[in-house]
Amino acid sequence: MKQPRVAWLVLLGVLLALSLAALGICVGSAGFENLLQPLLNPALDPEQTAMAQQIVWEIRLPRTLGAWAAGALLGLAGAVAQGLFRNPLADPYLLGSASGAALGVALALAALGGAAGMLGGGNMMNSGVAVSVFSSSVWVRLGLTGAAFFGAVFAVLLTLVLSRGVGHTLRLLLAGVVVGVVLGALTQLVLLFSPDSLQAMQAFMLGSTAFVGWTSCVLMAGVWCLCVLAAWLLARVLDGLSLGDATAISLGLPVAPMRAALVAVLALATGTAVAQTGLIAFVGLAAPHLVRSIVKTTHGHLMLLSSLVGGVLLMAADTLARSLIAPQELPVGVLTAVLGGGYLLWLMHRGTARTGSPA
Amino acid sequence: MNAPIHTLALHAEAIAVQLGHGPARTPVLHGVSLDIRAGRWTSIVGPNGAGKSTLLKCLAGLLPYQGSVALLGQPLLALPQRARARQLAWLGQNESSADDLVVWDVAMLGRLPHQPWLAPPSAADHAAVEQALRATQAWDWRHRPLGQLSGGERQRVLLARALAVQAQVLLMDEPLANLDPPHQVDWLLLVRDLVRQGKTVVSVLHELSLSLQADELVVMAAGRVTHHGACQDPATHRALEAVFDQRIHIQRIADQWISLPKI
Repeated sequence: MKQPRVAWLVLLGVLLALSLAALGICVGSAGFENLLQPLLNPALDPEQTAMAQQIVWEIRLPRTLGAWAAGALLGLAGAVAQGLFRNPLADPYLLGSASGAALGVALALAALGGAAGMLGGGNMMNSGVAVSVFSSSVWVRLGLTGAAFFGAVFAVLLTLVLSRGVGHTLRLLLAGVVVGVVLGALTQLVLLFSPDSLQAMQAFMLGSTAFVGWTSCVLMAGVWCLCVLAAWLLARVLDGLSLGDATAISLGLPVAPMRAALVAVLALATGTAVAQTGLIAFVGLAAPHLVRSIVKTTHGHLMLLSSLVGGVLLMAADTLARSLIAPQELPVGVLTAVLGGGYLLWLMHRGTARTGSPA
Repeated sequence: MNAPIHTLALHAEAIAVQLGHGPARTPVLHGVSLDIRAGRWTSIVGPNGAGKSTLLKCLAGLLPYQGSVALLGQPLLALPQRARARQLAWLGQNESSADDLVVWDVAMLGRLPHQPWLAPPSAADHAAVEQALRATQAWDWRHRPLGQLSGGERQRVLLARALAVQAQVLLMDEPLANLDPPHQVDWLLLVRDLVRQGKTVVSVLHELSLSLQADELVVMAAGRVTHHGACQDPATHRALEAVFDQRIHIQRIADQWISLPKI
């Protein structure tokens, strides 16, 4: 069925993202500074314009766009996970990718000698140097990102091996839980033997967009394009699967290979986001819910809209995280957890009030 | 249509199925052979655990089995998936979790076997969906999400989804679940209409009196077909009473055969 609302929502998502991007590049440790004015009128004060250009181009723009891309990846992954597992409570971290990424980072931190050079001074704007929560060295940082990504991919593969493929949704879910618990325990063990890494590890677990540079940004954007395209091509199988496996097969859909492809999309999107920004809670869970509460539509539209909403949510959360207790900065993962948790709680209560049973 | 006319819609030979894994693997069907005639309504009945749904799934090619099944003269498993999907429609039990899809989109899923990948629905698809939704009296809710409908209303939408395939052969597992008596009668009239159009309907039904309205009855017990005959045939009635341990009685009341419990 043609749904004009979907088109309007896409437009709204893009407009919101653009406005938040403009706002995002103007919010720093000193609160709101109108950097757009010197950027747009270089003749006024060339020195100020040069400084504004440097701040915006080197720090705030990649960070803001990176926040959008990470949120968009998580929103997309959330919609894929909920369609794939036919469960509205499914989130992108279900297949163990989060605990795998955490273990990867913990191992890398331990191997690199604990906190050596890992501790960011809390606020990048004040320190003036691109000090990362993870590292002051770009190589260490790349190593940690790689470790997180490979950890996530390893965990998803382990889940797939334990569940003997993707044919059985329940087995897949249980295997994901088992992998999550076991890898989580291993991470704790690693940290016990390498207490120096605790603080850097904590920063990863909380999730942060503070140190997303252009490399991460481009990487996430590329993966996002790939994943959105794949999800769009595979959307029909999710629609079919919502009527059950038997019906989907009876409709001539190649269910097994397409389910495997969707798991790959889920793993790639989640692994990439987690590797760049750490564990950001609730965006992947809340974005599809938010879309469904506004419009009832097929999975193709749902995934696209969830992705846009996820991007907008994380961008908004990132801007808030920077401004709420400026010049200090909140880890954005803390903010998304609080806001997302509150939103889901509200959704649950609204569902209870309407139907008499929890939504 | 130049397609050859087959007298047999489905031909199953020595179908054997085992379910479960390892030591828990148990045989559910023991070499069932069955011919389903085209242009007829055949109902499969039997006590719980007789293997009715399993047999229906094998006939639809949804379950691995030993033996062979032919659909309209062609080996079922050798048919390309989409070609099979156009010839055979399936309506399963408790199949939906599609609460967030609107009724129209659910029915449109029935057109997937006819649509090229990523192509938007054609005029023929729209017409087929409208016809199916009107036939099950679900047209008025076409804009509503499935999650907002009652159990019986959902069942009618899912039936419309199966009808929208416009397949030659329709297999339905417990299609009357949640339907009230007037809509059960509507379903029966709909099936008779399909059969008049030359379609083949195979159903698994718990409602014995409604099953007795079919053209043919397949009686099953413990993974075997114990009888296959016309619904009017006294031998069929005796076979039915036998598989239910003589605890039912088939009687003719007001020109209809009905099943009464023996109390």
